This record gives sequence, structure tokens and C-alpha cells, in this order.
Amino acid sequence: MTRKQRHNLRLGLLFISPWIVGFLIFGAYPIVMAVYYSFCDYDVLRDAVWVGPLNYQDMVTDDVFWKSLYNTLFYTVVSVPLSLTLALMIAVLLNRPILGRSLFRTFFYIPAIVPLVAVSMIWIWVFEGESGLLNYGLSLIGIEGPQWLNDASWTKPTLILSSVWQTGGAMVLFLAGLQDVPRSLYESADLDGAGPVEQLRHITIPMISPVLYFNLVMGIILSIQEFVKPYIMMPNGGEDRSALLFAVYIYQNAFQYNNMGYACAMAVVLFAMILLLTWLATKAMAGHVYYGGD
Amino acid sequence: MMIVGWFLAAFGRQGFWLLPACLCLAIVACSHQPQQQTEDGRIVVEYWEHWTGFEGEAMQAVVDDFNASQNRIYVKKLTVSQMDQKVILATAGGNPPDVVGLWSYNVSTYAEKGALTPLNKYLEAEGITEADYIPALWDLCEHRGFMWALPSTPATIALHWNRRLFKEAGLDPDEPPTSIEELDAMAERLTIVEIKRDGVKQRVRYTDLTQSGRDSKDFDIVQLGFSPNEPGWWKQMWGYWFGGDLWDGQRTITADSKENIDAMTWHGSYSQKYGVDNVKKFSASFGAHFASPQNPFLDERVAMVIQGVWMYNFIEKYSPQLDWAAAPFPSIDPQTLPDVTIIDCDILAIPAGAKHPDEAFEFISYVNSQGPMEKLCLGHRKFSPLTTVSDGFIEQHPNPYIKVFIDLAHSPNARTTPQMSIWQEYNEELSVAADRVFGAIMPADQAMRYVEERVQWKFDRALRRWDLTKDERIKHWTEQ
Repeated sequence: MTRKQRHNLRLGLLFISPWIVGFLIFGAYPIVMAVYYSFCDYDVLRDAVWVGPLNYQDMVTDDVFWKSLYNTLFYTVVSVPLSLTLALMIAVLLNRPILGRSLFRTFFYIPAIVPLVAVSMIWIWVFEGESGLLNYGLSLIGIEGPQWLNDASWTKPTLILSSVWQTGGAMVLFLAGLQDVPRSLYESADLDGAGPVEQLRHITIPMISPVLYFNLVMGIILSIQEFVKPYIMMPNGGEDRSALLFAVYIYQNAFQYNNMGYACAMAVVLFAMILLLTWLATKAMAGHVYYGGD
Repeated sequence: MMIVGWFLAAFGRQGFWLLPACLCLAIVACSHQPQQQTEDGRIVVEYWEHWTGFEGEAMQAVVDDFNASQNRIYVKKLTVSQMDQKVILATAGGNPPDVVGLWSYNVSTYAEKGALTPLNKYLEAEGITEADYIPALWDLCEHRGFMWALPSTPATIALHWNRRLFKEAGLDPDEPPTSIEELDAMAERLTIVEIKRDGVKQRVRYTDLTQSGRDSKDFDIVQLGFSPNEPGWWKQMWGYWFGGDLWDGQRTITADSKENIDAMTWHGSYSQKYGVDNVKKFSASFGAHFASPQNPFLDERVAMVIQGVWMYNFIEKYSPQLDWAAAPFPSIDPQTLPDVTIIDCDILAIPAGAKHPDEAFEFISYVNSQGPMEKLCLGHRKFSPLTTVSDGFIEQHPNPYIKVFIDLAHSPNARTTPQMSIWQEYNEELSVAADRVFGAIMPADQAMRYVEERVQWKFDRALRRWDLTKDERIKHWTEQ
């Protein structure tokens, strides 16, 4: 390395040092320590004691862990496809030349930028069993609505319904993708006699598949880490822990019970789970994602 | 850019690594450093308190009195939400306040984890002893043979009933139930349901329903005599009114004892009797907040409720016209198990690593002297935790039933939450079990056996750690 190169390297490092320092302190250090504490008996106040894989062994016999895992996977498996389908449908509709299109796009995007705590409070009000808006609406058409927030068989669907509402982020990405699809493809399909459904299936979806893939992966990651809404709407997981999600159980162990070592072990499992599901999604989509540059 | 350029110009190449180092320093410097002294040289004692509203004002008045009573210490009171978690994090970070106003159930957990300073040497020096306090309250501040806090405002819980609804139901408004059996019978009498007869909605008393009408559960609840799930704050501990214990005081969880299972069965009997969905639907109409005019006891939709000494404040605020009374909550057998209650208190403690523990204790000691304590408790409209009370205290007290709560506090059956380090988790498990039973998801015996196994497993883990470290801990605490 010449003197000039060394100088440039130093200067480069200096310029990115705010990020490096920030990442080392607030990113790398917590991740490394979380992995270390996952092998410790640690309650924040006392020194961590190395216990080997005990926390992981305890997880195997902890049925609340399994229940929260099941709840989270159930939530992910139902809410992600539902949200994506809805976002795609809205995006396709809003891509048509309709009156007040920008206004509609804004309205559909707004839920994505409302603070989650405020959203959760509104949902509590909407789903409230006796005087909630939803049950009131149902009563007008002669249906007696369930106890959405208090009945073990309805708590998960309630969370899923509330999550589907916030598809604005995915919708905007779909819209951007849709605008990149060449008009000529639709025109030739029209000439060949393809209807709207065939066009959607054979042109739109393949052409926006990278966006679909991105939204799917992000959807999986965000759903598995879902915390704010379930924590506020059902702080202890609802009746029979039916809506206790994984991230909420981690929070309970870390900050309510001070079982930080156990919580760290669960966080490591969460990380592994996200890796696995992202890998599975990538595998499943392989060969179906079309990039214009390919 | 400009900063980097300026930095290189000022320090040259030798100072190349100074920028990242300065960044680190800036981050460290941003951490909170409490004020140590006032301008006139008084030591500042930082005090975190969870109370707001009139309770917070009552404590502020006592703090002001203390600050005016001497010129060496200045107590700075800060109102802090989610205190329990913040105290842990501040203590772990080595920067705790000097005094914390916590709840008694925090004592054992925090003490065992080394978050508090033992007060034994201060108590000895000040001559403060167990005899100065209502016995159960002293016990609440003790863990593993050490004292970790002193009480501030205590509370007991009792049956509150609506006298007007009693009269309407043909019951004597001055004769509350004295046993669980009587309570159940009166609750039925006080319950009003809406049914459809010949297509017309009618309101009838539950006791006037035919057996088939009761069995069908085809009705809407309009008024409930009593529900063990309202407000549901002590549903984990109904076993106390059945003669049960939650642990043996040493190493064994006793959640599945016969008494506890009986209590949980009784808890579930109410939803079975009136219909799980009917009760859930009725409860959903109560609104989310206890402190509101929609509180079902305050708006006279629930005739009897178990509540604490504080309920008087809310009756005065939201439903002053309510014709009510309070008495000990009935137990399964009033002869052998009279005057059962749960006694609890807020506490004042010194976190481990506090900067001014001596001054902090001086303040705690001041609050625990008779005059200031009575002022505080009158402000909270509670009773004094001290055994010596001034003559006019009860007469001055605005709550007409304060004596009921004081007598309950002195009862041999005044029970406390178990002083164990994993109580919060135990409490959570019992709460889940109570909901499972009330929601008819699981029978009581199965739910309580599950609690027993799960909490014993957790307790064993906590004890394993305690066994490994106890000698060192006790030595450390003794030296402190």
C-alpha cells in the first residue's frame, strides 16, 4: 500500500467513523452480548453466571414458549399472505386512471405512518366487545359479534385483522413496481385477447415479482417480530395466552421477570427462525422472480 | 464535513483517532448525572415516586415539610411511571435515585437480586422496631432475615355493597353476607337478567327464573349481584378465603392444595352459573378504566364488590350519591376463618448504590414518624401503618368505614402476597389459571396443577441460584 493509499484509507475510515462507532456500540456489542448472555443465568442486576445450554434446554420444556411460537407462526402464516394480497389488489386498482387517484393513494398509505400505540388504542375501541364499533356495526345487520379481545378463539383473528389494515407500505412498493411494467406488454396481450385476470397472472405478477419477493421477506420479518399492537391490545397475551406472541414473551422474561439470560436465548432463536423462514421464502421464490436486467 | 475539517486542522494527523474517541466521550457524557447539592449547600436526595394526583400531592406535602424542617438535606421528588422496571435499569446502570417509592411485592424480588440496600443498621441506630408497626406490614418489608424498606401507605381490602340495591332486592341493607354460601345466595337475589317472553323483553331477578330458564342461560345480564372476576385484582388469591396458602414459606409451591382448588372452583362457578358468554358480554360493558364513572360498582350495575380502602375516594369522586357500606369479605367458614383480608402497602426503600443512603434514610425515617405518616395517610385517605395512632385519627378520617379496614389490618387472618422472589411470575400463572377456569377452558384442579408444576419448576431454578450465592450475599448484606 502506497503512502497515498494509506492516507486515503485513513481519511475514508475517519469519514465513516461515526457510523462504525455507532454500529459497534449500538449494533455489534448488543448482538454479541445477547448471544453470550443466552448461555448465562443473568437478571441484569447480578453478574451473569455461565450455565451453558441450560436456557435452551429449558425452552424445550417451557410450553408457554411453544405456545408463543405457535401463535407467532399462525399470525405470520395468515397475516402475511392476506396483507400482500390486499396490498396488491389495492395497488392494481389504484394504478388505474380513476378520479381522485392521488387522494385514494394517500388515504391507503396513511395507516402505515400512524404511530402504532395510537393505532392500537383505536383498535381496542373498535374491537371492544359490548360497545365497540365493529360489534355495533354487526348488530345493525342482526349479527351478535364475538368478544374479540376477551375470547381465546377470537384473539388471534383480531390481531390479524388489525394488521391487515396497515398495508400501506407494501402497497406503495407494489405501485412503484406496477408503474415499471411496460404498457406494450398489456397492449400485445389485449391484441391476443387476454382478459384482465390473465393479464394480471401472466404479465403483472411476473413483472413485479421482485417487489413481491421483497414484500414477502419483509412481511415475514416484521410479523415474527410483531410487538407493539399485541402488547398494547392484550398485554398478557389475552385469555389462555391465546395471543401471546413471541416478542411479547421475550419482553415479559427480560423486563417483567428479569430473566434476561432466558430472554436472550429466545431472541437468538427468533433470529434463527427469521433466517430460516427468509431462506425458505427465497428458495420457494427461486426461479419465479424475474429481474428486468437478467 | 466542516467538523471533520476543523478537527484535522486543529489536531493534525496525530489527532486522527481523536474524533471517534470524542464521539464515545460525548455519548458517555450524555448519561444522567443527578444534582448533588443545592445552591445553598444542601445535599440533594433524589426520590422517585409512582403516585400522581391527590396521592402524589399528599406525599409532596410531606416532602415539603421535611425540606422545611431542616437545612441539611433537600429531597427532590420526581413522579416516575413504570417505576419497577426503571428502578431495576437505573440500579443496574449504577445510577439509581436515593429513595424509591415501590410496592411491597417488589421487596423480595429486588432484595434477592441485590437491587436494594439493607436497612438493619439504620433501624437499630434509630431504634425503629417491629413493635412500631402493624405486624403484617413489617413482614412485607423483610426478606431472608433482613429489612429492606419501611412502609408508607398501607391498604386492606373488604366487601363493599350497595345498600340501595340490597333494599330493592328485599335484603337487609345492614346485613352483609358472612359466609361464601350467603354471598352466593345474596348475589343470585341481586342479579337481574333480561329475557324474552312471548317475544317481549322482560327484566326479572335471577332467583325468579325457572330451573330451565337458568339452565338455558338464554338471557342478558343487566345487574350482577357479585362476580369473583370483578375487578379481578385478587382472583389469584381467593384461596386465602378458603383457608389455603400459596407456598410453604420455604421451597414448595402449594397452588394445587385442596383449599386453592376449592377457591378456584368457586371462582369458576359464577361464570358457569350465569353463562360464560353472558358474563363476558356484561363485563365488556364496564369500560377499560377502573377510575371512571363506568365502573360497574359506581354506576350500580354490580351490587357487591371486593375493593380496597381507596374505593371511598372513587365513590366520592364519581358517584357521591351512592348508598354504600363496607365489611370484611366473607370466608368459607366465618367461625374458624373470620376477618380474612389481603394487606399490602407502598414502601420506601434505598436502591443499592444510592449516592446518599444516610440522608435517604433520614427522610424515610421522617416519613415514618407519627405526625408526617398520619398526614400522608390522611392525604391518601388510608390508615396509618404504625401501631401508635393519634386520638383523633379515625374521627378526622373522611372514610366512614375506615375502622373496618384498620381492624382487618390487625386481624390474624390478614394475609400478604407471598414474599418470594418469583412472585410476579407466580401471580401471572395464577391469573392465567383463573381466566382459564372462568372462561370454562380448563377445570379448576387441572388449571391449578398446571400452575403448581410450572411455578415449582421456575422456583427451583431461582432457588438453585440462591443456594449457590447465599453465603456470599448474606455476608455482603451483613457488612453493609
